[in-house]
Amino acid sequence: MGFLSNLINGISLGSIYAVIALGYTMVYGIAKMLNFAHGDVIMIGGYAIYIAASKAGLHPLLAVIIAMGACTILGITIEKIAYKPLRQATSLAVLITAIGVSYFLQNIALVIFGANPVNFTSVVNIPSIKLFDGQVVISGETSAAIVISLLIVIALSLFIKRTKSGKAMLAVSEDKGAAQLMGINVNKTISLTFAIGSALAAVAGALYCSAYPILSNTTGAMPGIKAFTAAVFGGIGSIPGAMIGGILIGVIEILGRAYISSQLADAIVFGVLIIILMVKPTGILGKKINEKV
Amino acid sequence: MAPLLQVDNIEVYYGVIKALKGISFEVNKGEIVALIGANGAGKTTTLHTVTGLLKPKSGKILYHGNDITKIPAHKIVTMGMAHVPEGRRIFQQLSVYDNIKLGAFTRKDKNEIEETLAYVYDRFPRLRERKNQIAGTLSGGEQQMLAMGRALMSKPDFILMDEPSMGLSPLLVSEIFDIIKAINENGTTVLLVEQNAKKALSIADRAYVLETGSIVLSGDAKDLMNDESVKKAYLSE
Repeated sequence: MGFLSNLINGISLGSIYAVIALGYTMVYGIAKMLNFAHGDVIMIGGYAIYIAASKAGLHPLLAVIIAMGACTILGITIEKIAYKPLRQATSLAVLITAIGVSYFLQNIALVIFGANPVNFTSVVNIPSIKLFDGQVVISGETSAAIVISLLIVIALSLFIKRTKSGKAMLAVSEDKGAAQLMGINVNKTISLTFAIGSALAAVAGALYCSAYPILSNTTGAMPGIKAFTAAVFGGIGSIPGAMIGGILIGVIEILGRAYISSQLADAIVFGVLIIILMVKPTGILGKKINEKV
Repeated sequence: MAPLLQVDNIEVYYGVIKALKGISFEVNKGEIVALIGANGAGKTTTLHTVTGLLKPKSGKILYHGNDITKIPAHKIVTMGMAHVPEGRRIFQQLSVYDNIKLGAFTRKDKNEIEETLAYVYDRFPRLRERKNQIAGTLSGGEQQMLAMGRALMSKPDFILMDEPSMGLSPLLVSEIFDIIKAINENGTTVLLVEQNAKKALSIADRAYVLETGSIVLSGDAKDLMNDESVKKAYLSE
């Protein structure tokens, strides 16, 4: 029974990683860059909810929606100011800029919100589920994370497959020049990608901080890097890959913590990543594109 | 009457390398104009500059008499100009149907899009047969047809084609050139870039010969075909 509840907790944590990983994977797929500031957008989302819900006393759901709006604007702004001028630059320059933006956000948060972590009040208000006469208890936060993440992945997949904007995203991810020749505004498409990724980061922030209710300026860093790992694990650029990668990372982390060593849990996660990349460098669902002339 | 496209003394750089050294040419409504020349002469650069993928450092491009030099590529498409790029550049991971539909990205009217789709399928029956196939799995000739069909979906008045014969068997090359002619007879003006100068000149009305970023010769396609220097350099006679 202990195993079952660990497994469920792992899937739940992994679902949150998956939502964050979607942001990494979409931005990578379309702008061909690693947005290392993505994790810190989660933290900003967390603070936005904290202020709206705990300080201003708004309904938690409304607070999450406000945070999504705030993160969307933040994501678009970061892209416009920091990344857009570097569109023709080397990927190394963009990477360094992204790391710079990440530290910038962390330090801005430090200045505004202070160095003391705050207690985040959970935004999830659903009862826990008891299975096997209460031997396995699934908290509301745990089930909410799983259900919401699943819904997000389905909605996002449908958006990309079924809508014109989604098709434009696929076209831009494959060939920016050819996409322009179709009349697709590449800059607008990249903005849209950052907007979606950042809104999802706010949702991830709500779920993550509800499960681990201590919020500080570095809160986003670790889930950010793990979600990045998940995205690479699943095959960067692939949406189902992000979901699978996220859940696997979450399960490995929780099971590693429960059965091997809680100090080594993170090392195990990254160790598994190294092994996977040695065996399959493109990740689980990563595609190798065959070019045909 | 003013020409449909007027390129006026454009200079294009890649970094410090001058790829186009001030070229001027024009395309009149209804014509097929060929741009021929060796590898690296600047043919593709010219097309990319006309459709806005590259911006010239100096010079002007007029289309329907309007200055389009500073207009971004995605807006030029809406002005009735379509570009079939070198190497087809179809969206390999999308289906044939999705590729074709992306060609109509800037159009709104669903019924009109359906009409054009029917026209494209009639022109390229193989695309209809393979509409659900992933585009990357098509043969080279089919990919070329897809790239052309996709470009036609924007219902262009003016179509630019970059090396449509590249990598195709002689039989397919003839088929592709027949289609280009048919598209032109249907009222679309064509600017054709080709290394296969013989084929290009055989369907073109006029042609320009490009050499290391400059136009060195121009005239009626028939005259150029009989020109001794052209024969020697490009027609391997």
